[in-house]
Amino acid sequence: MLRLDCLRSIYSELESCLVITIMGAVAAELQSLGHRPNFFYLQHAMGLASSTGLGLALCLPEQKVIVFDGDGSLLMNLGGLSTMARYRPKNLVHVVFDNESLLSVGGFPTATGTGTDLDGMARSAGVPRVSTVQSVESFTAAVNNAIHGNELTTIIAKVEAKGPSAFVTDLSLLENRFQFRRHIQSLRRA
Amino acid sequence: MPVSLTSSKVIYEGLKECDIRLVSALPETWLVHLIRLTDEDPEMILVRLAKEEEGVGVSAGAHFAGVKSAMLMQNHGFLASINGIVSFAHLYKIPLLMLISYRGSFGERDPWQTQGGNVTEPVLRALGIPYTFLDALETAKKRIRQAQTLSESSMQPVALLLTRDLMWEE
Repeated sequence: MLRLDCLRSIYSELESCLVITIMGAVAAELQSLGHRPNFFYLQHAMGLASSTGLGLALCLPEQKVIVFDGDGSLLMNLGGLSTMARYRPKNLVHVVFDNESLLSVGGFPTATGTGTDLDGMARSAGVPRVSTVQSVESFTAAVNNAIHGNELTTIIAKVEAKGPSAFVTDLSLLENRFQFRRHIQSLRRA
Repeated sequence: MPVSLTSSKVIYEGLKECDIRLVSALPETWLVHLIRLTDEDPEMILVRLAKEEEGVGVSAGAHFAGVKSAMLMQNHGFLASINGIVSFAHLYKIPLLMLISYRGSFGERDPWQTQGGNVTEPVLRALGIPYTFLDALETAKKRIRQAQTLSESSMQPVALLLTRDLMWEE
């Protein structure tokens, strides 16, 4: 399963969500499908995409928030998994693309390649709905159910360690950040 | 416990007067009353963290949502948050209001706090983070207001060091 195919399969569903991604391949691939003002790419600070999604979701309970995390990033902030589970916002969807590798920095294996079970960790942290998916069809179904559902959900998507040829885009970090916030403020006024 | 309830209440009122609506926190002795006041206030969202660096992400999310937030932490928690501060708050110009208990400074009896006390101000200066002290009841609210105003206008982290003089009654 390729991450790009997963993202493509749910791209139209993302229009109604606030989307936060981690750095590297995830950010570049989502952007390659077409940037939208409701997408924020956290191009550093590994681990904090999920915490950012938590803050957003707690402050805007009527707004669906989806985080695209990765195995390397989640392993850097496992405590954040317990914080998310503690508050379990109903409007937060946490997708973890697990390619068992730190792809963007040379493809070195992460601990999920040697047996660390993120699905089990999310369950044990107390996330109320957790699933692992291996095919694009099951990924699409799981994400759609979570977006239209009413419970904090973590979805572990097992993907190949393949990414885009380039990670840098012409969208500057600050432009992305100001556009994202302005978009949210326009939703609040509407 | 000789943590000052009077000072904690004044600090909390100062946060409320700045329209702070979300507070992230990790417990530490000097912060117990502040965390309890936050928890008991139905208008406030309290996010209890596993590690302080998460608070940078939580506050960034709140900022995107248009909600003013504050972070309550010990200076060792500040030290544990540095990558988040540098590669999120500084990189993306995110305002952070950090209330940091200044352990390990003059009067400290706990040996384990002392090394962090030595490096707190040098690290704040190295990171270019504006900071001042909450050291007296009379000026506490004004300094909270000024710190919050500066963090918003400059779109950067600003620190208030909570001192023994204000937080501890011996």
